[in-house]
Amino acid sequence: MVTVIAFYLFATLTIVAGAFTILARNPVHSVLWLIVAFFNAAGLMVLLGAEFIAMLLVIVYVGAVAVLFLFVVMMLDIDFAELRAGFIKNFPLGLLLAGVLLAEITLGLGAVGAGGIALGTADGTAPMVAGQSNIEAIGMLLYSKYLFLFEAAGIILLVAMVGAIVLTHRKRTGVRSQNVARQNARRPDEATINMSPEVGKGVEL
Amino acid sequence: MTIGIEHYVVVSSILFVLGVLGIFLNRKNVIVILMAIELILLAVNINLVAFSAFLHDLTGQVFAMFVLTVAAGEAAIGLAILVTYFRDRGTIAVDDVNRMKG
Repeated sequence: MVTVIAFYLFATLTIVAGAFTILARNPVHSVLWLIVAFFNAAGLMVLLGAEFIAMLLVIVYVGAVAVLFLFVVMMLDIDFAELRAGFIKNFPLGLLLAGVLLAEITLGLGAVGAGGIALGTADGTAPMVAGQSNIEAIGMLLYSKYLFLFEAAGIILLVAMVGAIVLTHRKRTGVRSQNVARQNARRPDEATINMSPEVGKGVEL
Repeated sequence: MTIGIEHYVVVSSILFVLGVLGIFLNRKNVIVILMAIELILLAVNINLVAFSAFLHDLTGQVFAMFVLTVAAGEAAIGLAILVTYFRDRGTIAVDDVNRMKG
C-alpha cells in the first residue's frame, strides 16, 4: 500500500513539475521545476529498486546539470519576455502534436495489453543476483562486461569538457596581469634611468 | 492493487510528450528547449529502468547510465555554444540562427 501511495505521489509530482518546467514564464523557475522533476524521478527509480540510477540522477542532474543551467540563465542578460512572443501562436500546433504523440503511445500500450505483441523475456545476459545490492551488481557488470563502453563514456565526458572549455574560453585584452618571468628578468641597470629634467617641466616615465 | 510496468510506461510517455510540447511552445528560447530535451531523456531513462526492473535484467540500468552520460555532455556543450552565441549577438533567439547559412 505504501508503495502505491509513494508511486502516485512521485509520478504526479514528476509530471506536474515537468509541465511547469515548460510553462513557467521565468527560466529560473523552469530550472527549479526541472530539479523537482528530477528529484521525484529519482524517487520513482528508488521504488523500482534502481538505487544507483536514483543517486546518479540526484548527483549528476540536480547537482551538476541543473546548477549549470541555473548559472547560464543567470549569467546571460536576456529579455525573456521577448522570447515568449510565439508562445500563444505555437500553442495549438504544439498541443495537436502532443496529442497525436500521446495517442500513438496509448495505441502502442493498448496493443501490448491486448496480447498481440509478445514483450518477450530477458535473455538472462545480466540477471539480478539475489542477495546482491543494486550498486554492487551494476559495479560487477560495468567493470567486466561493459568495461570498454564504460571507458567510452568517460571519453565522451572528457571530449564534452574540453569542447565546452574551448568554446567558452577567450583571451581577454586590456587586462594587466602579472608576468613573473619578465619581473624576474628585470635588472637594475635597465630598470633605473638617470635623468636631468629641465626646471619647470615634468618627467616622462 | 499493485504497480505494474504499465504505470511506469504511462508516466514516462506523459513526460516524453511534455518534453516535445515544451520544444514546440518555447520555440525561441534555447535554454527552455534544452531543458525540454532533458525531460525527454529523463522519460527515456524511466522507461529503461522500469523495464530493467520488471524483466530482472540489469542491462537496462547500465544503458540508462550511458544515456545520462550523453545527456550531461550534451547539456555542457549546448550551454557552451549558447554562451558563445550570446557573446556574439547579445540574444539567444533561435530565429536569428539562420544567419549562419552560407
